[in-house]
Amino acid sequence: MIDIRDVSKSFTLHNQGGAVIRVMEGASLHVAPGECVALTGASGAGKSTLMRVIYGNYLAASGRVLVGGLDVVRAEPREIIRLRREVLGYVSQFLRVVPRVPTVEVVAEPLLVLGVPPEEARARAEALLKRLNIPERLWSLSPTTFSGGEQQRVNIAGGFAHAYPALLLDEPTASLDAANRAVVLALIEEAKARGAAIVGIFHDIEARKRVCDRVVDVSAFAPGVAV
Amino acid sequence: MTPLLQVRDIEKRYGARIGCTDVSFDLYPGEVMGIVGESGSGKSTLLNCLAGHLAPDAGRVIFDTRHMGPVDTVTMSEPERRMLSRTDWAFVHQHARDGLRMSVSAGGNIGERLMAVGDRHYGRIRAAALDWLGRVEIDGARIDDRPSAFSGGMQQRLQIARNLVTGPRLVFMDEPTGGLDVSVQARLLDLLRGLVRRMGLSAIIVTHDLAVVRLLADRLMVMKDGRVVESGLTDQVLDDPQHGYTQLLVSSVLQV
Amino acid sequence: MTEQAYNFAYLDEQTKRMIRRAILKALAVPGYQVPFASREMPMPYGWGTGGVQVSAATLTPEDRLKVIDQGADDTTNAVSIRKFFERTAGVATTEATQEATVIQTRHRIPEAELTEDQILVYQVPIPEPLRFLEPRETETRKMHSLQEYGLMHVKLYEDISQHGAISTAYAYPVRVAGRYVMDPSPIPKFDNPKMEMAAIQLFGAGREQRIYAVPPHTRVVSLDFEDYPFEATRADHVCDLCGAADSYLDEVIMDDAGGRMFVCSDTDYCHTRREAVA
Repeated sequence: MIDIRDVSKSFTLHNQGGAVIRVMEGASLHVAPGECVALTGASGAGKSTLMRVIYGNYLAASGRVLVGGLDVVRAEPREIIRLRREVLGYVSQFLRVVPRVPTVEVVAEPLLVLGVPPEEARARAEALLKRLNIPERLWSLSPTTFSGGEQQRVNIAGGFAHAYPALLLDEPTASLDAANRAVVLALIEEAKARGAAIVGIFHDIEARKRVCDRVVDVSAFAPGVAV
Repeated sequence: MTPLLQVRDIEKRYGARIGCTDVSFDLYPGEVMGIVGESGSGKSTLLNCLAGHLAPDAGRVIFDTRHMGPVDTVTMSEPERRMLSRTDWAFVHQHARDGLRMSVSAGGNIGERLMAVGDRHYGRIRAAALDWLGRVEIDGARIDDRPSAFSGGMQQRLQIARNLVTGPRLVFMDEPTGGLDVSVQARLLDLLRGLVRRMGLSAIIVTHDLAVVRLLADRLMVMKDGRVVESGLTDQVLDDPQHGYTQLLVSSVLQV
Repeated sequence: MTEQAYNFAYLDEQTKRMIRRAILKALAVPGYQVPFASREMPMPYGWGTGGVQVSAATLTPEDRLKVIDQGADDTTNAVSIRKFFERTAGVATTEATQEATVIQTRHRIPEAELTEDQILVYQVPIPEPLRFLEPRETETRKMHSLQEYGLMHVKLYEDISQHGAISTAYAYPVRVAGRYVMDPSPIPKFDNPKMEMAAIQLFGAGREQRIYAVPPHTRVVSLDFEDYPFEATRADHVCDLCGAADSYLDEVIMDDAGGRMFVCSDTDYCHTRREAVA
């Protein structure tokens, strides 16, 4: 489902004398449907960079990143947009929404853009919010004013609203209490069971052990390390 | 899929000075494209060339019309182009008063495009105007008030209603949130996003506000000195800019 | 008695030819505003300088001229213009509608049906029907050439939304021969249906330097909405002098106690009816 071959990434800082910072070389990774792979490595080793490259948020300098058959490195913007809409979900650590849009609509949005009837999308969104213990009185409010943990759960609800065949999870259990952490892990297990290919960053070792099938240390992709 | 708009090698000069040059891109149905750049970068010149307000000195702007398929709007006859701009195209100006008739009621402003394409039933026109006031969140009781009695945000929403009432397929927007308070901007952005999605609109938005394009645009074109220096997926261009100018632009934004 | 110092009908022959060319063009393109080089006339703008120039170019020595202002032959403006042509052209004048060959009018169409031997010349203050909504001349010209007349209906829409009905009572816009939208000059909309007539109708705007025309038996449609159709006004009175129920009436205040009467605005029509009874 996700197939990364020999990807490198560098940043050229044109306004700082054209300095080139090489951050990744020779990264390869294959994730099959129903598999969950954890990225590990020290801070700054490139876990988030690799996730962003897969999502198309960062532009790889070379190599190829196939997600559901589409090479994200060379795809047209509209192809990546469609990939993100239909195939590739992303749960980030940060909530980025249009101010004043109610929480339930934020969560239903991924379904609405797919053309799911509004009532059905709303019902699914409400079920997820309920499962993630977001009090019902907050559903009609914008999540911009919520606490960090609540925002995190709204993000997760949005990421699991549509049954994406591929999922990127950036610390999905961070800042969650035990009960909500269990819900999220159950959601991940359900996604695996239906065949989703998942790549995640989990600092929570217990969680990683429970849901991940493999661990890939991205330190191996640091420039100069690859053989 | 046929692109809704195919832009090829558009150039506009003002004497020896370049307005914009060498601009080419395809816009597909349902796509929203942002054009960013500082004042004088040529983004407004480009928008006006695309929308038929300015005649480019070179290049083609091929629009996929409903009845005739792809047609170059630069060389099409003026009546045809003006008809397109009343039916399939919409243009939202930065200053609402450039896009509204300030001496005509809100209902008349919305109804004008319907009457322009031949609707001659008062009741139906009025019903459409009321419906659109609702969609842009203006109290229907204000239908007979003139836009001069409206706030800036309301005027801008009225301008949007007036433009979208004929169900256009391509909307040109020139700094649609410029000059509005931040809270009013947010409401307008939310409204625009909803309308774009529900109506399946394609849009080209010119702005210097990177937050606006991040929320509204699927893809981004960065202009400098009349040329496109970088283009791509919006979040990729903003988060991993490749060109020096884009890096400067992105790093210049104040973080809140 | 022609004053010898003036050419026939005041204007020189070249000017009259220029105006006639404009008139012919106007007749060939019904409702289209033809620009012409309007001359200074010995009267102020707003007093019918356009109509006078069109009349001057139209008159022949054999013509019989009638001049009305708001339907009346005896008001200052009508009398002045009649006297002007008596002096400068020496043509015969009349107050009888049927006897006139050229009728210059301000703000009315005579009640009596006009024939194909007659020419009706209107004085026009503002020839452009789109002017109040679109101040740019370049834009209104383009709108005419592309038949973009939606704006005209915006004005009627505003009327209905504010007054519950189309309240435009005079200078009611019409579409001529299915093509040009035209301002019929400030005649009451009561007169609009009469514009499909046998006589030639010429319109002259002196200050705005425009001439336009409606040839005989041309289709003239008053603009409206399907659910708010055009209706010519009908007075709910009869003329207090002649008893006519089919004419356009003026309200005349009789005294300080609120006394008033309604009389035909067309003085010749009223007079003729009263004579017939007497």
